[in-house]
Amino acid sequence: MLDNLSSALKKSVKKIVASKRIDKRTVDELVKDLQRALIQADVRISLVKELSNRVRERALTEKLVLNPREHVIKILYEELIGILGKSVDIPLVPQKIMMVGLNGSGKTSSCAKLARYFQKKGLKPAVICADIYRPAASDQLKQLCARINVPFFDSNSCGQKDVIEIVKAGVKEFSRYDVLIIDTAGRHALESDMIDEIRRIGAEINPEQRLLVLDASIGQQASVQAKAFDEAIGITGIIITKMDGTAKGGGALSAVAETDSGIAFLGTGERVEDFERFEPDRFVSRLLGMGDIKSLIEIADESLDKDEIETTLKGKFTLNDLYAQLEALRKMGPFKKLMQMLPLGGMDLNIDDNVYQVTEDKLKRFRVIMDSMTQEERNEPKIIDGSRLRRIAIGAGASTAEVNELLKYHRMMQKLLKSLSSGRGRGKIPMLRGMPLKMMKNLK
Amino acid sequence: MFERLKKKLRSFTDTVSKTIEEKIVEKGKAAISGETILDEGDVKTPLEELELALLESDTALAVVEELIPRVKANLIGKKVSRREDTHEIVTDALKEALLEILSCNNFDFDEFVESSDKPVNITFVGINGTGKTTTIAKIAKRLFDAGYSVVIASADTYRAGATEQIEEHASRLGLKVIKHQYGADPAAVVYDAVKYAKANHKDVVLADTAGRMHTSVNLMEQLRKICRVTKPDMVLFVDEAIAGNDAVERAKRFDELIGIDASILTKVDMDVKGGAAISIAYSTSKPIIFMGTGQGYDDLEKFDPKKFVERLIGS
Repeated sequence: MLDNLSSALKKSVKKIVASKRIDKRTVDELVKDLQRALIQADVRISLVKELSNRVRERALTEKLVLNPREHVIKILYEELIGILGKSVDIPLVPQKIMMVGLNGSGKTSSCAKLARYFQKKGLKPAVICADIYRPAASDQLKQLCARINVPFFDSNSCGQKDVIEIVKAGVKEFSRYDVLIIDTAGRHALESDMIDEIRRIGAEINPEQRLLVLDASIGQQASVQAKAFDEAIGITGIIITKMDGTAKGGGALSAVAETDSGIAFLGTGERVEDFERFEPDRFVSRLLGMGDIKSLIEIADESLDKDEIETTLKGKFTLNDLYAQLEALRKMGPFKKLMQMLPLGGMDLNIDDNVYQVTEDKLKRFRVIMDSMTQEERNEPKIIDGSRLRRIAIGAGASTAEVNELLKYHRMMQKLLKSLSSGRGRGKIPMLRGMPLKMMKNLK
Repeated sequence: MFERLKKKLRSFTDTVSKTIEEKIVEKGKAAISGETILDEGDVKTPLEELELALLESDTALAVVEELIPRVKANLIGKKVSRREDTHEIVTDALKEALLEILSCNNFDFDEFVESSDKPVNITFVGINGTGKTTTIAKIAKRLFDAGYSVVIASADTYRAGATEQIEEHASRLGLKVIKHQYGADPAAVVYDAVKYAKANHKDVVLADTAGRMHTSVNLMEQLRKICRVTKPDMVLFVDEAIAGNDAVERAKRFDELIGIDASILTKVDMDVKGGAAISIAYSTSKPIIFMGTGQGYDDLEKFDPKKFVERLIGS
């Protein structure tokens, strides 16, 4: 996600850093790189022009208070935040949420993800399907809801064939639930009767939130389409989907400007958990390579048991703990996603996609090897001698070298944790900060 | 369709042809023979405008950067005689460059189906939500109308509701669907469908695969397996016209990893400007054969590069 855009931006920033002094030529070069990066990210052309003019002007006229690198980062950061719009907070209160968007943008998957989000936060969600057009749209949503145990309502539940009647009946049926999510059929700006339909649904049930679902890969059409939806029902927030591909989401970002709303969530995969809160400064931080530890901690909070972390930090770090860690990492999703959220500090860390794959595979192997150990061995790895080593290797279908590698890795982690727990104020869950980075360097 | 790009392209040809006319007058005064030659300076500004117009039409930056030099090469140093229509010269330069990218080869889908050994196995691939299933229904209808017997393989065993969706289309169209349980091996579904088609003398198998991100190593590997096991006669890549720069990236990845034979562009009715067609054709060097233009079964148009370019530029 955002790989190309951020690496292009990083490159331009590097250029500035290397030149120490900011002159007109350097700024022009930066602006040109910036333009290319933004155009490739599908940001609307007029917005690109606007942004690049402002950066050029500010970089040349504003006094250099910080060092040049920070100065440029600051300007880029502020301007991008300006364009990305304000963050949208969907409150954790009882409410009705209507989902709208173009065909195939991912509305139905997002409905399930959103329901899951509220469910995890302790609210009772229910889902209503108002798509009577696409074949099996309602089957799809029904199956997704069943997987997460969320009640579901559609045309079959009430015998109605009219969209407005279905929604009305659904809202009545689910009056005891906290959050009602209404999935609508895909439609586009030129279908005036369909646009009118969502206007009528909106008028009938008055949903507090009207969320526009946009594909990350949408191009220059984003603002046109967003405008039509906004005029019809007043968009309160945007969900960008398919952020796990190579699309940068710039088109969706220009839609923000058009609707005077903000981005609420990002869809980052096909699993129902692949759903992230969007916060503009985090997003830009990541863009500029400044890391985003906040997101990571948030995910870690949900996936990891807090007590588990505490005991790990206080007591000795056994292979059991390592196992639990790997398990938690796996729950957090693909490794690459995790890495992008870490403050990598340096701008030089160019990680090949293959490395991610290798590392992920490696972690899987480690878990398999640990499965072949006895409880005793996991608690006290020191007792593993040559004969135990061979037995574990045979049991896991691994080579003794692999088992040794795991043991070495465990010793390294132990050392790292010791040094971290003796230092003060190093963050909530230091091993999560250190671990993946160390792993990248040591495994390959 | 494509109105805005058309207008911008018109303005490009207008500007350049005017320059040519001015040059003719100028050089005519200098009493040089009836020839005039455009130089870099003459086309610089109009080309920049053209570049912008193409970008605003969702032609990917990488493709625009390839296209502009071609148009430039077609124009610079061009000898123009007094009697020629200057407008035509410029239009031709642009058309030529666009057609070079678009008409990778002249491929006729109907001919292909007719001349292939039966059953013809056609497998549809693409990322999530581009319209594979809807497109399959449209193509099934088209083939059915042309007198072929069609079997659909529901090889999307992953997405919730995928099988129900294709079954609903099939029952409306009166077609047979071969399906397995959710989570089953998609390659096995297609394999069974081909076997069924052979046994029952059906003409065409249309295989609907699950949408997948081109970045997912495992899912792309699964698709490779489907192709390895079922050896499709044709792999069709389905993508949407509203996609921006990413169209290049994913078309390239699918082509590299799976090997596609042709593309289908969907959602063309969404007020799009057509740039994605240029991007996809350029990055795959494979023909675009159909355009999806709506939700109805008959909203499928044959893609004709010449007509597409004529429609863009106006003849």
